[in-house]
Amino acid sequence: MATKTTELATVGTHLKREATTAEGLQYLTFTLAGESYGIDILQVQEIRGWVPVTKVPNAPSFVRGVMNLRGAIVPVIDLRLRFGLESVEYTKTTVVIVVTVRSEQGGRIVGMVVDGVSDVLNINNAADIKDPPDFGTAVNTEFISGLVTIEAEMVMLLDVDRLLSIEEMFAMESIRGVDAARATA
Amino acid sequence: MAIDIGQFVQTFFEESLEGLDIMEAGLLALPPGAADLEQINTIFRAAHSIKGGSGTFGFKEVTDFTHVMETLLDKMREGQLAVTGEAVNSLLESVDCLREMLMAVRQNTDIDNARVGDLQGRLTQLLERKGAASGTADATGHRGPVASQPLPPAGGWLIGFRPHLDLMHRGNDPVRIFRELAALGDLTVRPDFSRLPRLAEMQPEDCYLAWELELRGDAGHEAVTEVFAWVEDDCDLSIEALVETIVPPATGKTAAEEPGQGELLLERRGGDRRKSDRRGSGAAADGGSIRVGIDKVDAVINLVGELVTTQSMLSALGVDFDMDRIDKLHEALDQLDRNTRDLQEHVMRIRMLPVSSVFSRFPRMVHDISEKLGKRVELQISGEQTEIDKTVIEKIGDPLIHLVRNSLDHGIEPPGERGTKPQTGIITLNAYHKSGSIFIEVGDDGRGLDRDALRRKGLDSGLLRPGEEYSDEQIHELIFHPGLSTAKQISDVSGRGVGMDVVRRNIQDVGGNIQIASQPGRGSMITICLPLTLAILDGQLVSVGQDCYIIPLLSIVESVQIRAEAINRMAGKCEVLRFRGQHLPILRLYELFGAEDAVTDLEKGLLVVVEADGRQVGLFVDDLQGQQQVSIKSLEKNFRRVSGVAGATILGDGRVGLILDISGLIRVNNAAM
Repeated sequence: MATKTTELATVGTHLKREATTAEGLQYLTFTLAGESYGIDILQVQEIRGWVPVTKVPNAPSFVRGVMNLRGAIVPVIDLRLRFGLESVEYTKTTVVIVVTVRSEQGGRIVGMVVDGVSDVLNINNAADIKDPPDFGTAVNTEFISGLVTIEAEMVMLLDVDRLLSIEEMFAMESIRGVDAARATA
Repeated sequence: MAIDIGQFVQTFFEESLEGLDIMEAGLLALPPGAADLEQINTIFRAAHSIKGGSGTFGFKEVTDFTHVMETLLDKMREGQLAVTGEAVNSLLESVDCLREMLMAVRQNTDIDNARVGDLQGRLTQLLERKGAASGTADATGHRGPVASQPLPPAGGWLIGFRPHLDLMHRGNDPVRIFRELAALGDLTVRPDFSRLPRLAEMQPEDCYLAWELELRGDAGHEAVTEVFAWVEDDCDLSIEALVETIVPPATGKTAAEEPGQGELLLERRGGDRRKSDRRGSGAAADGGSIRVGIDKVDAVINLVGELVTTQSMLSALGVDFDMDRIDKLHEALDQLDRNTRDLQEHVMRIRMLPVSSVFSRFPRMVHDISEKLGKRVELQISGEQTEIDKTVIEKIGDPLIHLVRNSLDHGIEPPGERGTKPQTGIITLNAYHKSGSIFIEVGDDGRGLDRDALRRKGLDSGLLRPGEEYSDEQIHELIFHPGLSTAKQISDVSGRGVGMDVVRRNIQDVGGNIQIASQPGRGSMITICLPLTLAILDGQLVSVGQDCYIIPLLSIVESVQIRAEAINRMAGKCEVLRFRGQHLPILRLYELFGAEDAVTDLEKGLLVVVEADGRQVGLFVDDLQGQQQVSIKSLEKNFRRVSGVAGATILGDGRVGLILDISGLIRVNNAAM
C-alpha cells in the first residue's frame, strides 16, 4: 500500500509541474456517479489510495473522518455524500484527492473521496469554459465555476474553496441532516 | 555594503523590551535616598543600549526620549542628583512610555506625542532642578570651593549640536547660529571631527561636523532654543545646564561624550534608510520567537548524534539479518526508544521558559497598586527559575495578575487594621515542580476569605441549601462561581465578581486546576497546578468498537467492572451507578460517538471513572488498551473543534486517535440531562 501511495503522490507532483509550465489552465478530472468533474490542478496536493480513517463524532455524515497525512490531521470528505448521492462500497480503486482549500483564515488541507481519477484536462482558451446553466443535477450549481465540453462529454469544474469551506459544510449539514436521517431510516 | 538591517529590527525590539524589564526591575529595587551605584549602572546600561539600537534603526523619538532618561540616570550615577521617590516614579513612568513608544513603532502606529512631551518635560525639570541641588552640595561639599552663580541655569548652557548630514541642503548655516549664540553670552565652540569620512568619500554639500558649545551667561533656556528653531528637525540637539565646569573634568567628560558617540555611530548608519526600515519592521509581524540557551541546543545536537548512531546500527543489522542476531536487534530498538524519549524531552525543554518572565511584572504592579490603595505591601518571589512551556506561560499571565490584585485589594488589610501582625503585608509568589506538574502559589497574610459572607452569598444565590453543613473547601469553592463577590466596595482594582470564574476557566483551558486554602485573619493561599507542557500528555488508550480513543491519564480516577444490579435508571433514560456511596452517571461512549460494533452490554465492558471540574462520571468503553505518551495535534487546523474531543494524535500504527475532552464531555452530559 505504501508504494502505491508514493507512486500516486509522484504522479501528483508531476502533474503539478506540468501545470506550471503549460500555457492556459489545467484541471484534474475525476468521476463521481458516472459524471465528470474537474478541479484546478494547482489546488491538488496529492492523490492517495483509500485507507480506513478515524471517525469523528458529531460531524456531518459526509465527513468520513480524519486521516494522518504525514503528521497532520486531515478531514476526509466523501464527495458522493456531500452531493447527496448514493454512497458506494470503497474498493481498491477508490482514491482520495488531497486538496488545499483556500480561505480567509489561510489554507486548509482536505481529502476528498471520489470514484476514480481520470485525466488532466488542458484548457488553452478560457472561452471554452461556459457558465453553468441552472440545471437540475444533484449538485448545487453555486459550487460549479464552469462547464467544459470535451468530445461530447461534459466536465463540471468545481469551486473547491466554496464546496469544502467550513461554513458551507456545516450549513449544508443542518439542512441535509433531516434528509440523511430519513434516508437511513 | 548593502546590509539589510531590517532583519535585525525584530531582535532590537526583543532586546529593548528585555532592557525595559531590566530597567523596571532595577528602578523598583533602588532604595530611595541611597544611590546604589551597581543598580543605577545596570539601569543606565539598559537605557543606553536602547538608545543606541533605536538610533541605528532610525526611531528618532525613542532615541531622543531615552537620551533624556539616560542623562538623568547619568547624573544620579555621578551623585549629582538625589535618588528621590519622585525621580524613580518619573523614570518608571518613562519606562512605560518607552514601552508604548516601542510598541507603536513596531506596529507602525502613531506615538502619543503629548505624553512623551509631558514626561520628557518632567525629566528635564528634574534635571534642571539638579542644578540647584548640586549647587548646595557644592557649597557644603568637596567638589568646588566656590558656589556657582545662583542663576537658574547655573551659569550657562552646554549645547550638544550634531547636525544631520543634510543640514546645509536646507540653507541652514551653523556659523550663523554660532554668531547668534555669541550675542547671548560668552561662547566657546568645540568641533567634533569624528564623523569626518575620508577625503575621497566626502560629499562637499554634507555637514560632517558636530559641535559642543559652551554658552556662559544668563541667557534663558528659551532664548537658546529659539536660536536653533530653524534647525531643530535637522539635528540632534541637547541643551543642558552647564555644571560640567564645577565637577572634576574627568567625570564631566564621560557625561558629555558617552551619549555623543552613540549618536554618531547610529547617525552614520541610519540616514536615509530610516523610512524603509520602519516599513520593514511593520511587515515582519510578531512571529513569536524564543531565545534559547545554547546549552539546550547543544543537548539536542548531542542527542541527534546518538540517534544517528543508533540508526546506522539498525541499518547495518538490516543488511543481512538472521534470527541469531535478534538479541542485537532488540538492543538497538531499546536504544532507539531511549534516544527518542530523550530527544523528545529535550526538544520540549526548548519551549520552556523560566516563570520569571511572568513574575517580573509583579513587583511593579504591587508597587503601583499598593501605593494607590494606601497599603504597605511587600512582595516575596521565589522559584522564578522554574521552567514552563511558553504557551502555558502566555496563558497564565492574566489569571495571575487577577489573583495578585485580589490579594492586594481584598486580602491585605489597610495599615492599622492588621492587629498584631506586622504592619507591612506580605504577598508571596512561588513556583515549583512536583510530580510532573508545575505548581504556582499566590499567597497573602491578609484577612483571609470571609466564610460567613461567602455562605450568605451562596445561600442568596441558591448555590447552597439552607440548613446543611458545608466544609470550608465547599464554601471557598464558591468564589469561583460567576457573579459572586464579597467585596463591600467595587474598586477599579477588583471586586466586580467577574474574575475568579474566568481565572479558573483560563487555568482549565491549559489543562490545569486551581485550589484555594484560607484561614480567617491569617491569609489565603491559592495554588495553581499546571501541566509541564501542552504538546504532550500521558494517555490511556481505550477501545470502543473499532475505534480507539485516548483518555488523559490525569483525569482518570479508576476503572471498574460493573454488575447490573448496581445500576439505576433515573427518569427512565439516564443511567447511574451506585458506586462507593455516590451515584455516578454513566456515559456510553459508543452512543455519544456513534461507534459501530461496540460492546453494549454494561456487564461485558469496562467503566472508566473520570473526574473534571470536581465532578465524576463513568465512561463506558469496551476495553482498556495500553498507556502511552501522545503528542497533541490540532483538529481545528484543517477541520474544526469537535465537542467532547480535545485534539487528535497519531497512534503507533499510523492511524489517528482522538483525545477525549473530559470536562467537555461532562458539560455535554449535563446539558443533555
